[in-house]
Amino acid sequence: MSLLLQYLASGIATGCTFALVATGFVAIYRVTRVVNFAQGAFAVVGGMSAFALLSHGLPHVLAEALAVLLAAVVGLLVGLGAIGRRGTPVLASLIITLGIGIGSYAVLILAFGDQPVSFDGVGGALAVAGVTMPRQFLLVAAVTAAAFAALALFFNRTYLGRALTACSSNPHAARLVGIDTTRMGLVSFALGGALGGLAGVLLTPLQPVAFNSDVGLAINGFAAAVFGGILRPGTALVGALVLGVAEALVAGYSRASFQSGVALVLMLALMVWQASRRPAIAEDAA
Amino acid sequence: MTPLLSVRDLVVRYGQATALDGVSLELGAGEMVALVGPNGAGKTTLLNTISGLLRPAGGECAVAGRVAQVPEGRQLFADMSVEDNLRLGAWTVRDRSPARVYELFPPLAAMRRRQAGTLSGGEQQMVAVGRALMARPDLLAVDELSLGLAPRVVDDLAEHLGRLNRDTGMAVLLVEQNARLALDLCPRAYVLESGRIAASGPSAELGQSAAIRAAYLGGAMDELQ
Repeated sequence: MSLLLQYLASGIATGCTFALVATGFVAIYRVTRVVNFAQGAFAVVGGMSAFALLSHGLPHVLAEALAVLLAAVVGLLVGLGAIGRRGTPVLASLIITLGIGIGSYAVLILAFGDQPVSFDGVGGALAVAGVTMPRQFLLVAAVTAAAFAALALFFNRTYLGRALTACSSNPHAARLVGIDTTRMGLVSFALGGALGGLAGVLLTPLQPVAFNSDVGLAINGFAAAVFGGILRPGTALVGALVLGVAEALVAGYSRASFQSGVALVLMLALMVWQASRRPAIAEDAA
Repeated sequence: MTPLLSVRDLVVRYGQATALDGVSLELGAGEMVALVGPNGAGKTTLLNTISGLLRPAGGECAVAGRVAQVPEGRQLFADMSVEDNLRLGAWTVRDRSPARVYELFPPLAAMRRRQAGTLSGGEQQMVAVGRALMARPDLLAVDELSLGLAPRVVDDLAEHLGRLNRDTGMAVLLVEQNARLALDLCPRAYVLESGRIAASGPSAELGQSAAIRAAYLGGAMDELQ
């Protein structure tokens, strides 16, 4: 029983990081209709640069905040490459993000080396109902909850957030009222970068992150995002938590190497199921 | 006096296809002008060029003021509230309060929280006009006001447009397939055919022209009957 609870707790913690990666996918896809294949790399940038800043003596919180900011800047740069030229076809943008994602390996190895890195998050553990729960789990869950609350406020209550939603709802009308949809796309890429960076910063104390950790993160994040047709952050959160827990259970009761298979199988099943109802990746949301 | 809208020898192309081929058109401040013509004549292309969405391949298109467009098919943000739709119309200006639009269209105030996509066609058109007015335009470009709407709703909207034009001095460029409505509402009109201006002048005179009657007003049919 306590073993099950332990798996659940660790599943929810990793699920939270998947959720942040997934919302990054959603934030960018909603506005630009581009599936950003570099999304996993944002998390790697966040995690590895937080490690580098901490080892240069920067205090916690500041190092993590700077790492998230750096990931946002990287997101903006990827956005400039992918959609900066007006009228770039969506498929071309998608391939550009794929290219940047692969090219990022070279840059990441040059900047941070080719070894996995990890740093200590908040130390210690709490005993809850007979289960030892690392404090880092609680931190991850709390930060993720705060990030989702902030996103909901941003998208629903602020004018910029409504404009981003407008670009998703009807790009032609958005241009008609004078919204620069390309610029909004760049905003969404920066936001996606920050969300990915936050995921990396939270994940690195839980499991070491290397230059090529992006693939696993992107697969899990994308599988979670597909739950909501890559359009709804709330559904992506639910998807990510289900995925995180399912993987923790598979790793715990079966073999750890089967873990990543869960995401792939679930993603395929979901996409096939959704495609039979409506296109999983809708061409437009009109 | 410089006109509010001055279009000279305008050429607009989509790739190889020429949509507008040397169009000239003028519209003064506070004027209400109709643009009629058959499907595919280039009316929407002209409006989108005036709105700054399309770049001319030749000629010029100068507007001495702000333009807002009521697009064909309303093009609302369907999954957003009426109020959000209106507020987004004010993207380019500072004042984002929809109070003035609610005064003009009182029914909109009552449905401010409703999703725009759930409204009737006439209500949606009201939102589309309201959203355009939020930008406080000097020129309101309306694309197909009447399309798909019941005659009574169209009359109501047309009356609103006429009143706005008289009361605020906002100029209106009305694109319509329903030429009779457009010629009744606007004192002056242009006829666009295959990307060129085929005729222009006071609506009363155009309405009498046999060719126009035959082509757009069902005049030939009237005479046959």
